[in-house]
Amino acid sequence: MKIPYYPGCTLKSTAKHFEISAIESAKKIGIEFVELPRWNCCGVVASLADDDIMHNLAPVRNMIRVLEMNRDGLVKDEKRLLTLCSMCFNTLSRANNRIKKKSDDLDILNDFMYKEDIDYDGSVEIIHFLEIIQELGFDKIEKNVKKSLSNLKIAPYYGCMLLRPKDVGIDDPERPTIFEKFITSLSAKPVEWNNKNKCCGSFLTVDNKEIVVELGNDILTDAKNSGADIIVTSCPLCAFNLDNRQKNIKAKYPEFKEIPVVYFTQLMALAFGLSKEITGFDGNFINPTKLLKSKNIEI
Amino acid sequence: MSNKQEMVKVFIMGEAHEVPAGSTIIMAFEYAGYQLKKGVGCREGFCGACATVYREKGNYKLQGGLACQTVVSDGMSLVQIPFVPAEKPVYDMDKITPDINTIKELFPTVFRCVSCNTCTKACPQDIQVMDYIQALKQGNIAKAADLSFDCIRCGLCALRCPAEIVQYNAGTLARRLYGKYLAKKSPELKNRVEEINDGKYKKEIQEMKEMDRTKLSEKYYTREIKLK
Repeated sequence: MKIPYYPGCTLKSTAKHFEISAIESAKKIGIEFVELPRWNCCGVVASLADDDIMHNLAPVRNMIRVLEMNRDGLVKDEKRLLTLCSMCFNTLSRANNRIKKKSDDLDILNDFMYKEDIDYDGSVEIIHFLEIIQELGFDKIEKNVKKSLSNLKIAPYYGCMLLRPKDVGIDDPERPTIFEKFITSLSAKPVEWNNKNKCCGSFLTVDNKEIVVELGNDILTDAKNSGADIIVTSCPLCAFNLDNRQKNIKAKYPEFKEIPVVYFTQLMALAFGLSKEITGFDGNFINPTKLLKSKNIEI
Repeated sequence: MSNKQEMVKVFIMGEAHEVPAGSTIIMAFEYAGYQLKKGVGCREGFCGACATVYREKGNYKLQGGLACQTVVSDGMSLVQIPFVPAEKPVYDMDKITPDINTIKELFPTVFRCVSCNTCTKACPQDIQVMDYIQALKQGNIAKAADLSFDCIRCGLCALRCPAEIVQYNAGTLARRLYGKYLAKKSPELKNRVEEINDGKYKKEIQEMKEMDRTKLSEKYYTREIKLK
């Protein structure tokens, strides 16, 4: 299956290991990501103000690119746009839902974008990689597992962007299970814990690091206390706040014990027996290699 | 049959003037009596000094262009931009790296781009300006250098940008970074620089310095380009 793929800026810079592990793992289950030949920033953070139309230009322009891909034969009748980054997924989805509901906004946007070959018509659907996996069936993952992760207890961290608001969320915002099903299909054990959809502090990490340190400490400590060896996420911003910020947590709370935080696709690539260049654990701030070796999982 | 020159009416900064049809905007300014000391350069579309803003009769759009390349039309409204006082950060090429961190530090406004594409609409060189700003946002220096290659730094993009980005200076940085750190090194270039430093072409360069414009021009247009 060939599907239009939107990477987003972070996956091309600090989260390359997220992208590479996803693309290669997807091939194993028969999905080919076809990157948009031209794309721009998703718009990061959906604009909520009724009169703020300009900030919807970025997401909608990316949707026009999907129509162009169909026109140019790069994909065949495939108007779903696949995302990996939770923030991009959320921003694109919310903009798409907004213009579907408010055709006046769409008219204004199309009129402004008169240089584009195609007007946007609201026909693109934004989806997350986890949704495609669910649609294909988790048994497809199970069948491709070459390396057992059965010794690994994984805490799925959803954060906010995959679940909220409800009309864009990929699962029940209060009691999501999609990550748990994914982890089980990888042969690992999902951990039940309280903080799986607690906010990581998001962009406060830029100018109010202290709040992120407090939230991170709560989230990570809960994961450890619930028996997790490792945490998975699909959001580069959550990953930064929960992984890189552990050094700041440690500085404030010396008794804090580190726990690796990785992208779900890295463990997918690991279970599929892909090489260490593809799993890309060197890209994580807290490298999980030592932990995985202690669980008899070869990298 | 009359040999009378056909004239068109243009409005220079709101003032009506009759100028010969077929004039470029620069010629129209000069015909109307303006002496341009700034906002004019090579007059051949290369240097980017003559950014201009105009509006055609009956069209609400303010358009940008190069005054030496844009021909006037009847009823056109004109103004010449003498200089764009945009911010130009100072950096040491030996101390910066070809990655996203350099862009964040020197051009933080790049990350404010809302993808409105107004810069691309303003560009007289038909460059995909928004796309190269987006490439910088992704840390893709090579792509930004490639897409911005034809930039002549006229400044119209920065004048129109609602996010207050100075696109052309950011593009220049991308090309400098690409040239210094990312481009494949050419042994031919190194050899040629050495030959020049050793004085191998001293005689030819001296001859050219003494040539008059006509001869120099003839020599330029009849030159042979040998590619290995």
